[in-house]
Amino acid sequence: MTLQRRSGAEVRLEGIGKRYGAVTAVKPLDLVIEGGTLVTLLGPSGCGKTTLLRMIAGLELPSEGRIFIGGRDVSRLPAGERDVSLVFQSYALFPHMTVGENVAYGLVSSGMARRAAAERAAGALESVGLAGLGERLPSELSGGQQQRVAVARALVLEPAVLLFDEPLSNLDARLRRRMRDEIRELQQRLGVTVVYVTHDQSEALAVSDRIVVMRNAEIAQAGAPDDLYERPVDVFVAGFMGEANVLPARVAAIAGGEASVAIGPLELHLPYRGLAVGPASVAVRPEAVRIGPPGTGLAGMVARATYMGAVMEYTIDTALGAVFVVSGEVGRTHAAGESVGLTLAGRGVVLVRP
Amino acid sequence: MRHVAPAWWWVAAAVGATVLPWHMQQAGLGLGDLRAFAAADPDAASAAAQAVLHGRFWFWPVLAALAVGAVGSLPPGLARPRRGALLFAGGVLGLLAVAAQGFAVGIAGWTTPRLASLFGPLDDRQFGIGLGGCVAVLGFLFQATDGLALRGAFKGDRFTAGAVGLLAFSILVFTVWPMATILAEAFAGRGDLGPLAAFAERAADRKVWGMECVSSGRSCGVAWNSLALAIATATLATLLGLCFALIVTRTGFRAKRALRLLTVLPIITPPFVIGLGLILIFGRAGVVNQIVEAVTGSQLGRWIYGFQGVWLAQVFSFTPTAFLVLIGVVEGVSPTMEEAAHTLRASRLRTFLTVSLPLMRPGIANAWLVVFVESLADFGNPIVLGGSFGVLSTEIFFAVVGAQADFGRAAMLALVLLAFALAAFFLQRAVLGRRSYVAVAGKGDGGLATPLPRGIARAAFAVAIPWAILTIVVYAMALAGAFVKVWGRDWTPTLDHFRRAFDVTPTADGGFILSGLAWNSLGTTVTLAAIAAPVTAALGILASWILSRQRFAGRFALEFALMLTFAVPGTVIGVSYILTYNVPPLEITGTGVILVACFVFRNMPVGVRSGMAAMSQLDRSLDEASATLRASTTRTLARVILPLLKPAILTALVYSFVRAMTTVSAVIFLVSAQHEMATVFIINRVINGDYGVSIAYSAALIVLMVAAIGVIHLAVGRRRLGRRAAAPAPLVPAGGRV
Ligand SMILES: Nc1ncnc2c1ncn2[C@@H]1O[C@H](COP(=O)(O)OP(=O)(O)OP(=O)(O)O)[C@@H](O)[C@H]1O
Ligand SMILES: [Mg+2]
Repeated sequence: MTLQRRSGAEVRLEGIGKRYGAVTAVKPLDLVIEGGTLVTLLGPSGCGKTTLLRMIAGLELPSEGRIFIGGRDVSRLPAGERDVSLVFQSYALFPHMTVGENVAYGLVSSGMARRAAAERAAGALESVGLAGLGERLPSELSGGQQQRVAVARALVLEPAVLLFDEPLSNLDARLRRRMRDEIRELQQRLGVTVVYVTHDQSEALAVSDRIVVMRNAEIAQAGAPDDLYERPVDVFVAGFMGEANVLPARVAAIAGGEASVAIGPLELHLPYRGLAVGPASVAVRPEAVRIGPPGTGLAGMVARATYMGAVMEYTIDTALGAVFVVSGEVGRTHAAGESVGLTLAGRGVVLVRP
Repeated sequence: MRHVAPAWWWVAAAVGATVLPWHMQQAGLGLGDLRAFAAADPDAASAAAQAVLHGRFWFWPVLAALAVGAVGSLPPGLARPRRGALLFAGGVLGLLAVAAQGFAVGIAGWTTPRLASLFGPLDDRQFGIGLGGCVAVLGFLFQATDGLALRGAFKGDRFTAGAVGLLAFSILVFTVWPMATILAEAFAGRGDLGPLAAFAERAADRKVWGMECVSSGRSCGVAWNSLALAIATATLATLLGLCFALIVTRTGFRAKRALRLLTVLPIITPPFVIGLGLILIFGRAGVVNQIVEAVTGSQLGRWIYGFQGVWLAQVFSFTPTAFLVLIGVVEGVSPTMEEAAHTLRASRLRTFLTVSLPLMRPGIANAWLVVFVESLADFGNPIVLGGSFGVLSTEIFFAVVGAQADFGRAAMLALVLLAFALAAFFLQRAVLGRRSYVAVAGKGDGGLATPLPRGIARAAFAVAIPWAILTIVVYAMALAGAFVKVWGRDWTPTLDHFRRAFDVTPTADGGFILSGLAWNSLGTTVTLAAIAAPVTAALGILASWILSRQRFAGRFALEFALMLTFAVPGTVIGVSYILTYNVPPLEITGTGVILVACFVFRNMPVGVRSGMAAMSQLDRSLDEASATLRASTTRTLARVILPLLKPAILTALVYSFVRAMTTVSAVIFLVSAQHEMATVFIINRVINGDYGVSIAYSAALIVLMVAAIGVIHLAVGRRRLGRRAAAPAPLVPAGGRV
């Protein structure tokens, strides 16, 4: 018997905030997480991701605001009564119980008979690819296997919402990649709602339906991965969602939702994003910069060229400052000291609030 | 979703108030007496019956509180917050009502003239609270905490709320109330003196604060005696303890393990054994005196009785305690620091003096304060060796048992002792900061401990080794005394003393009688200690779990109150308990209950400390994982926390058992003819000069306790639980108590 597909519940936060004495860990915020989607909370260390997650789990009570899961107000319910499961960063497997007992633990807690729980647990272990390891102790498993046990233990309860707090940060890079794909695959197969905390933007981009970027205890921007990557609202989000060159620019005119923007000698038409005529900033993704012969576009000189295998990375000094460029043309490289001219592709360049 | 069933505690309160006999029954309780809702004798009836049938109107508020709770408990479908508010109100009202009636009406009617003039005369009375009252109180208490949890306090967790409530309530009943009683007693008017005048008179007592010893040959007040003794003992014991600790941790000394065994001694030794040993060596009939007299013909006299003797005995007794505390301190100095100093070209001596020693300073201060408090609170050594040299703890005892039984004076002396102990406690907290309590985690950054500089090592050996040998000699003498007829006069070897203490006489019909003198008290001691141990361990572990895992308003206050409780000297506890519990509403003087309560609250730190130490090794996410996996808090405790805490629990169990058997300072006030304790039996024999039986009995106790310690070390040693195994708890809690 393996796990059944069901539709996950919607999570709605209304004015949720948390203070610890004088410290504000999370400023009051609203957030809706649609049922059956995977949403990541992304942000630098200490921005309140874990706190927000733990409030959803019921491990912290919010200082203010209300939490609804599947339309039910759970703000003051203890963790066990919320129909959520949490996968801990440290996995928190009980060291004195076997893997099977660990996975069956929640089922027995909810009143299922031991034998039935053990069967279900075996099924859950099978669906995370650990069939037959039920008799081992957690300390007899590898890190990746422990992680999967933790996931199985959470999933076997068929919770409406599954929460992950940096579940992959204890794993090496290769395993991390595989596990994140497995988590995503499992989430889509089972249709469960997942809230996923990470501070690795590539992980967030890879697995999410939606990303919520947090900064200083509040939401900086929320949206689909491509939204955040290509249309960040400000310099912080742009920088956090991957490498970005922030260049000074001027909005020359605004017409029909388009702004004509001057970036040094370059002229671009970009979607107008609520900015007025006058000085502004643009965020330019490294891969949006084209390197051409000197005399075209923005003049610059190659300061450093790095061979990365699949791509070349350049740092190019210009009048607007150093520009970081990633170029797919590995065959035709530019040496350090070479004079070049830079132009911008339309995609990957956005106006941001400075 | 789980169902909330908050009604059960209301039912308990209701049963306690309407069905069970409210008051304590002198003749004990039979099963039939439990249905007391219509007993003819008002004193055997339930509260409801007393109110309805016997006109004891003071129970009506209790019943009213029940009604409030009923509104919150019984109707289904009440919203959580509303239900919570009603339950809380009902519970608190109930507790207040029980307290009010208990304090208002005593064995002679109204307890104060004020009440009489307010409500009119009353020619009725009531005794102390009994089974019904206790059940009702617990029912009300947990009903109130349930109410709080329903309203969202303690993260909505009823178990946590109840546990915190229980702890707070027991601190209130078994610490705050007795301390308040002492305070009240010290202010009690005497003759035509008002409260303030009486207090002032007691406080200014020359016998307490007199300074005659400075100017003349007469003795000083007992407060100065206590202070001087405690300072002298603490200083010497700390110095000796530091030498031992340095030898054990920083030299290649061969017999390290044997030295470490010293740390077990204070736990298993009844507090007067050292005193006895010293008497057998230096007393009038002692070995040394006899030899000196035989050789030189001169008498050494009674010098051992007095300050010097008590000081010597206390240093022997408490050096192991200082040693134990200081091992941790010395080991806590990171070798990296010392290695860093070496790379900066400091010599070994310079490193020791400028890096190691300053880093140890707070720890050394802590050890000093621990011994200071132990010395202040010590009762066994001064009573055996003090002679005319009185200290606070013995003076309190004589004020209570003496001819005039002056409780006001006892209370005053207890207050002084308490003030000293608390001052030391606050100093200790200041010295250690928050670390005073949480075990310092062994996050070693590698490196080897630097050996001691040669000169210092020599000094340490020169001081410590003779002292260790002396300690062994004292113990050996103390035990040898059990095997000779009359120490000093008739050295014939004999087992007579053991026979007198532990004789078993066969009877004609094939059975046997335990005819030895000691059996009665030994039986009581073992029984009460065995009852107290699980309660102590359970409460201690519960407290440590709450303190290390739960966050709630008032957590700090609770921790603080708990720590404060542990700082109260035993003698003070003893006096306050008899003062508080020999009259209604809680009349438990003379019963085994008072002894068990005393053991539980005196020995809880063992449980709390070993629990906290073990808990700090368990990641908090384990509890949280269990909570998100829909386990109730009780299930989390039972299935996750307790199995992982097994070693700590075992430690707490056995040590509270052992300490209950060796304590004397508090229980000497609380024993009764029915409930005599081994230590009190022995000390009374010692005071009467009957050393043989005392020593035989002490030896038996020590053997018994070594066996108990052996059992845990076997059990704890065998328990190895993968990587996350809880660390074995320290043997002795680092806080002053005797
Ligand atoms: N129990 C607490 N008491 C006081 N402050 C706290 C507590 N828990 C968290 N904080 C503070 O709240 C803020 C947010 O903490 P949180 O753990 O949510 O950060 P995070 O985003 O998960 O960071 P990281 O990526 O490092 O895990 C931090 O500034 C932290 O110091
Ligand atoms: Mg975090």
